[in-house]
Amino acid sequence: MATTTSPGPWDRVTRTVNDATRKVPAWPLYIIGAVPPVWIFVAGLTGQLGVDPVKAMEHQMGEWSLWLIIAGLCITPLQRFAGIRLLKYRRAIGLLAFFYILGHLLIWLVLDVQIPSQIIADIVKRPYVTVGFAAFLMLIPLALTSNNRSIRWLGAGWRKLHQMVYAAAILGALHFIMLVKGFQLEPFIYAAVILALLALRLSWFTRWSRRGR
Amino acid sequence: LGLGSIAGPAFAAPEGLEPNPIEDITNYNNYYEFGTGKTDPAENAGALTTQPWTVKIDGKVDKPGDYQLEDIIANAQIEERIYRLRCVEAWSMVIPWNGFTLASLLERAGVQSGAKYVAFETVARPEEMPGLRYPVLNWPYREGLRMDEAMHPLTILATGLYGKDLPNQNGAPLRLVVPWKYGFKGIKSIVRITVQDEEPFTSWSDANGREYGFYSNVNPEVNHPRWSQATERVIGAGLFGSRRETEMFNGYADEVASLYAGMDLKKFY
Repeated sequence: MATTTSPGPWDRVTRTVNDATRKVPAWPLYIIGAVPPVWIFVAGLTGQLGVDPVKAMEHQMGEWSLWLIIAGLCITPLQRFAGIRLLKYRRAIGLLAFFYILGHLLIWLVLDVQIPSQIIADIVKRPYVTVGFAAFLMLIPLALTSNNRSIRWLGAGWRKLHQMVYAAAILGALHFIMLVKGFQLEPFIYAAVILALLALRLSWFTRWSRRGR
Repeated sequence: LGLGSIAGPAFAAPEGLEPNPIEDITNYNNYYEFGTGKTDPAENAGALTTQPWTVKIDGKVDKPGDYQLEDIIANAQIEERIYRLRCVEAWSMVIPWNGFTLASLLERAGVQSGAKYVAFETVARPEEMPGLRYPVLNWPYREGLRMDEAMHPLTILATGLYGKDLPNQNGAPLRLVVPWKYGFKGIKSIVRITVQDEEPFTSWSDANGREYGFYSNVNPEVNHPRWSQATERVIGAGLFGSRRETEMFNGYADEVASLYAGMDLKKFY
């Protein structure tokens, strides 16, 4: 992207964004992040989500979860390839993604399937549920270690542990692909975006792009 | 056969079904020719021209030809049938259809003796149906029934609901309703009916034969490979307590179980 050495419009954008983010703290993200789930729940209760509110809530929370996972995966490539530094927001985005997925799961458990024996049967026997549930389980240790103390305590291991989000993201995309009927484009778009963001992290790509500059 | 004359409210079992409001029935549809979202058909189906409408009836019938819809309806005995619609996606709603028995139309066309199956085809107009741009299924949508299923007095061709013309998103102007089968068997906006000896091509079993069989009878004991069919979400029941147990043949076992006597329903799903 940045092929010229003199500061172009793109560099100005980068500088403006970086200057702004230096001043904006991460904590408001938690408050803003609480808005969509609350809105979805209230909309479901008040009949604004159509005639099948449970499915609509489930689907919307699932979609929001994927958006947040994708947003979290964008941070490193944005810094590496565009020089935009958003690292300080990554923890909030990751934790929000985890809580959204927890919400998505709870809607499915409590409002949709309801029956305990069927919940267990679904997790074991239905591949799309198994895949989604596995992704959720993978994110539990990541959520638990998303704090400064864990980073210090785990040292170099922390980074290794948190690379598990790559696997969880792939499983999340797969979960969406597996649950639709017939051939539908939307889940494949999510999968393509996630795979592209992961590909940007491959060492050969990083080396290739450095050589290109 | 003369089944048309006796197919009255006696067959509207199970009794005491409370129909969903028309808003539910017309805003929660699977009609992929108009998009795969549940509200896409309500948004997009208005573009479909349903007048004039011709149904080609061909194959092993004595009187093949292009039948005008007005003519079909003028010769039909329209009645109300309140049926529960159980979708393969494990939800259900109750719909007060207006229609006539498929048997009465087939008799008019004169089904030749020994004919085994009936094939159906949905209209496919890319200029009016935006969903046709995507290969979700092998268009046009096609469905089929065995002859005894087609001639069963519960099997109707619907032309309306709640006493009004069928809305486009529900399959106007003419759709099939087979209450003991999953909803997708109820092919919409029919333009062709073919009587034949071979088992018809059906769009969903073509797309995924492991998941969607030719019969697709509602059966709580035979699960969809990706989800259980033991229970169903009741559309319109709100956020809490919206699940009920799915009944064998969707509650019509007394009327139709004999059609499948001796068949392994796990094999012929």
